[in-house]
Amino acid sequence: MSVSASDGEDDQRILTIKEKIRVVLDFPKPGIMFQDITTLLLDPVAFKNTIDLFVERYKDRNIAVVAGPVFLCISLLISNSVSARIEARGFIFGPPIALAIGAKFVPLRKPKKLPGEVISEEYVLEYGSDCLEMQVGAVEQRERALVVDDLVATGGTLCAAVNLLERAGAEVVVCACVIEVPDLKGHERLKGKPLHILVEAH
Amino acid sequence: MQTYTHKNTYLQQQEKMFAAENGLKGDPRLQAISESIRVIPDFPKPGIMFQDITTLMLNHEVFKHTVDIFVERYRDMDISVVAGVEARGFMFGPPIALAIGAKFVPLRKPRKLPGEVISESYVLEYGTDCLEMHVGAVQPGERALIIDDLVATGGTLFAAISLLERAGAEVAECACVIGLPEVKIWLVYLKDTRKMSKLLLDFDYEEPI
Repeated sequence: MSVSASDGEDDQRILTIKEKIRVVLDFPKPGIMFQDITTLLLDPVAFKNTIDLFVERYKDRNIAVVAGPVFLCISLLISNSVSARIEARGFIFGPPIALAIGAKFVPLRKPKKLPGEVISEEYVLEYGSDCLEMQVGAVEQRERALVVDDLVATGGTLCAAVNLLERAGAEVVVCACVIEVPDLKGHERLKGKPLHILVEAH
Repeated sequence: MQTYTHKNTYLQQQEKMFAAENGLKGDPRLQAISESIRVIPDFPKPGIMFQDITTLMLNHEVFKHTVDIFVERYRDMDISVVAGVEARGFMFGPPIALAIGAKFVPLRKPRKLPGEVISESYVLEYGTDCLEMHVGAVQPGERALIIDDLVATGGTLFAAISLLERAGAEVAECACVIGLPEVKIWLVYLKDTRKMSKLLLDFDYEEPI
């Protein structure tokens, strides 16, 4: 199940975050309401609040690895009739969190973007499949890991990320996203891993 | 992103300022940063020695040093915008932006940014590529810092500078972790962006593969 930050002090910061997320209609396809986080990044206070909320939660949990899916296409099903590919931006939130909590940052990317030896995880989309890769040797056995992404929808990306980390022997402690699309129940695809989100999609 | 050739094409030496010449000579952090960068031969194509910064990010202390060095340089330069070039510029840009209290603006390949954008084309060996920025991301008069992981021919940075200037911003500096052609020359600061632009126009450089 997904857990939202609900502490009173946090509420104010969450409000600043939610109002900074811009909804762009009909992007990348008609019928899609795209949750645009770039407007959040334009506000240094709101961006810092976002990072702080995650850091405060994870800094004392002995996390050695922060993994972020990068520019991955996920399929978003709206009203059972329209699907679209949306890209994820775990790259932007992952590194600041990693730096603040003393963890390494591991990018998870589309095929052929990472140099050197990689392991791959394929996962199913509405039409066809996609693939996420991680470099061999990036994580070590029993390292505790946090997966960060900007948005969770169907949970396919996060599930693939969890699988990659576990295959490399890491222990995925929690998944964290700025935005959740609640109707898509992405948290059910995380193999029981806790999902922490800040706001729900507009 | 890396759009470079393995051959020795580069901006004239005097146009680049390396951290070592910029008062950081002997800084023990530079050595550690350099050593943390892994070189992968023949990636993404034969003949290219790929500068892999993922190993830098696996070392928390070194990653922190890298960001710290940039932050130390830029925090008192009145910079309100950090623009990061997709994709590896996104790893260094946000932490720097957060530390100096600036906004972060992603510069992306076509059709990835939703809403209204401005585009800037730049030349590759065969054909062209394109960088985009959101309309309204920067305001006229803002001072900007451009971040990428690596600079080779400078074509990408040139396009990035154009985007920011078209939006009315003043580009204070471009900063990269790595400068080619000398392998692992680190923390390159490109000053005098007007001169750099002119140099690229006059310079008969080898187009990236």
